[in-house]
Amino acid sequence: MQPSPNPKPRLSRRGFLHASVGAGGALLLGLRLPIGRTAAVEASDASLFAPNAFVQIDPGGQVTLTMSYVEMGQGTYTAIATLIAEELEVDPTTVRLRAAPPNEALYANPLLGVQATGNSDAMRGAWLPLRQAGAAARQMLVAAAAERWGVEPATCQARLGEVLHPATGRRLGYGALTAEAAKHRVPREVPLKSPEALTLIGRPVPRLDVPAKVNGTAVYGIDIRPPGVKVATLAQSPVFGGRLRSLDAEAALGVTGVRQVVRLADAVAVVADHMGAALKGLDALVIQWDDGALGTLSTDDIAADLHAATLAPGAVAQTTGDAHQAMANALTRVEATYELPFLAHATMEPMNCTVHFHDGLCEIWVGTQAIARAQAFAARAAGLPPNRVILHNQLIGGGFGRRLDVDGIVRAVEIARSVDGPVKVIWTREEDIQHDMYRPYWHDRIAAGLDDAGRLTAWTHRFAGSSVAARWLPAAFKDGLDPDSTEGAVDLVYDIPNFHVEFARVEPPGIPTAFWRSVGPSHNSFVTESFVDEIAHAAGQDPLAFRRALLAKSPRARAVLDLAAEKAGWGGVLPARVGQGLALQHAFGSLIAIVATVEISPQGDIRVRRVVCAVDCGLAVNPDIVEAQVQGAVIFGITAALYGEITLKRGRVEQANFDTYQMLRIDEAPAIEVHIVPSTEAPGGIGEVGTSAIMPALANAVFAATGTRLRRLPFDAAKLKA
Amino acid sequence: MAFEITVNGAQHSAEVDGDTPLIWVLRDVLGFTGTKFGCGKGLCGACTVHLDGEAVRACQTTIDSVGTSVVTTIEAIGATAVGAAVQTAWRNGQVPQCGYCQSGQIMSAVALLTATPQPTDSDIDAAMLGNICRCGTYVRIRAAIKEAARTRG
Repeated sequence: MQPSPNPKPRLSRRGFLHASVGAGGALLLGLRLPIGRTAAVEASDASLFAPNAFVQIDPGGQVTLTMSYVEMGQGTYTAIATLIAEELEVDPTTVRLRAAPPNEALYANPLLGVQATGNSDAMRGAWLPLRQAGAAARQMLVAAAAERWGVEPATCQARLGEVLHPATGRRLGYGALTAEAAKHRVPREVPLKSPEALTLIGRPVPRLDVPAKVNGTAVYGIDIRPPGVKVATLAQSPVFGGRLRSLDAEAALGVTGVRQVVRLADAVAVVADHMGAALKGLDALVIQWDDGALGTLSTDDIAADLHAATLAPGAVAQTTGDAHQAMANALTRVEATYELPFLAHATMEPMNCTVHFHDGLCEIWVGTQAIARAQAFAARAAGLPPNRVILHNQLIGGGFGRRLDVDGIVRAVEIARSVDGPVKVIWTREEDIQHDMYRPYWHDRIAAGLDDAGRLTAWTHRFAGSSVAARWLPAAFKDGLDPDSTEGAVDLVYDIPNFHVEFARVEPPGIPTAFWRSVGPSHNSFVTESFVDEIAHAAGQDPLAFRRALLAKSPRARAVLDLAAEKAGWGGVLPARVGQGLALQHAFGSLIAIVATVEISPQGDIRVRRVVCAVDCGLAVNPDIVEAQVQGAVIFGITAALYGEITLKRGRVEQANFDTYQMLRIDEAPAIEVHIVPSTEAPGGIGEVGTSAIMPALANAVFAATGTRLRRLPFDAAKLKA
Repeated sequence: MAFEITVNGAQHSAEVDGDTPLIWVLRDVLGFTGTKFGCGKGLCGACTVHLDGEAVRACQTTIDSVGTSVVTTIEAIGATAVGAAVQTAWRNGQVPQCGYCQSGQIMSAVALLTATPQPTDSDIDAAMLGNICRCGTYVRIRAAIKEAARTRG
């Protein structure tokens, strides 16, 4: 099972470029992807709206790039601007960036087919199309200059926003060429720079968003303040599916600065001059809820349903050879069950959205990972056609999948319908955690068979949980399967002759589930890589040597494994209750190997001391951002492994704020090394790989330190007492 | 009632109840949106500002407790030598990711370096563990604090 090559954007065959002069003589050059409703493009005012991710140069020479992927910390605004700037030959620090408006036909992510930022695929989707957009613009600007000078284009060069003619020393800024360049045909075949000619791609270009993020001027959704804006906060039914039974708002309306109380079927909002007054008003409300059907639900009920589902066949996700026969023939069988909890996203910027109904429009300011979805859902809630819903996407103070869902936007629209003027709805942290949409709960049953030589001959794995994709992107759910739920469980890098994986979709009653950083692998990598470790120990083999033996057909995987092991000093002598654990993962088009070193206190507390990562993500477009993403994703995964758990009792989420839903803090953060394998392959995704890969590395390290195998997340320290 | 407070060197007036947390006066009344809301309970540090140079959580500081104390926010911290050094180290070290918590991180780091110009790792832990970063930039925060300490000599 060789790692598959990175998916290639399907642009080159059918895509085409379109250029025109917009208002004021600006050259607009856009790249249209062969996905979506193309007729709308051709019928529209193409000069302004035709492009996908597009380049705009005004007669003053200002370059503006429209970002079809949203910046939520992963560095996409910098990396995507780098792709365009590299080929366009401009200094990326001089470009202006603007967030794309909702337009699925123009801005769909080619790997998802919808306009969304997620699944670590912005760079994979943008790698060729956006370089081509830059290269085509440059070629047209060069052609325009050459024509004006009466020279061959091949004798001209583009550099730092100018076209040069070295033979005569003539030069023209891009701004002076926009009108003429726009008259040139957009080249169909756009030659891209060879790897040796790259000057920005592959270098640690400083993030374009950092200066504003260290001086307080960066604007997130929560910072939007249209003139006259009111601030609202809300209480939603504490039980999913519950209803508002009665409300006494008298005291709340007496709070200084409170303007209005808005009743919805399953929520109440207090609208005020400022959030302080809104919060005080919320506290003063006397609310009675009707819990509805789920008022007695507990996590135990859900876990029992999932456990039961793993006892019956599921949909076959992948089968190779005859795993059941091979299992029957095996000399040694290893069996285990694993369990993973619901998780909240807990973005630092709580859910918020600003809405203003005016002039027959619904205008919305929000940071969203899925702006076209936001428009569609907001339109429904507003009772308006989508083209009357105007969205302004903002910087995102943490996405992690939470902002792929638009429930908070719908809520804000529902509230704003009753408010005269603009209103910003801000959720308290408690609402944010207790009304998140959660990473699904998972239950896994997994087994392996070894032959008399200790070789892995059989693998069976059945898991039960929610399909987020079935709700979010129904077309992706077919025959009981979706590619997200199974990623990390199928197409393993290891060469296993008899292999069988099943998925049983079980939706928890009423509990909304959602994508969460590292999505399918957040579950599957923990199970499969913990279990590979279990098999290695059952076979009496070193976990590194055992994995290497299964990687004869996967040289890239073996290389990252070896690199991590070498840098971490795998196999050295360690003190008592200190252990090293290994994990290897192929997901999101990238390979990562992690060696984690943990120390277990006599009380069972786990301290993560050191984490060594080796990644092969193809060409690292920005190696510093790659390093930062892996560092951060590892911290995110440690938080989940040590602390992350959402539980329900009497239908209510028991966790509420950062005291009960804990985050890793700086005093617990380990040293993290990131080693990048040099590569000229197309880029893989990098924002999520570390999160899913660290969790099994930790479990394996805990086993090495204590001999105790932890098969449930988060880890139970009580099991590790000396 | 009306409260007069000094923010970033200028006098401001806010007509709010006395128990209104400073964070909402700063953000919603006066427009200093660099100070961020994270938890409302003093658990995350996103709203950290300085009161007479000391780091406080603006969500746990009521407006009637500010009195004549001088409030400094992220918007003005660069005017101090330590603040400028910290911001430079944050830029050089490419610390922020989503960036939402970084105002609070920087305010805590400036308070630390002002009181303890050459902090140990334990000093950094003690001063910074109240500031959560969900993106997990801790490795770089620590490195940037050390760089700022070095440049300050």
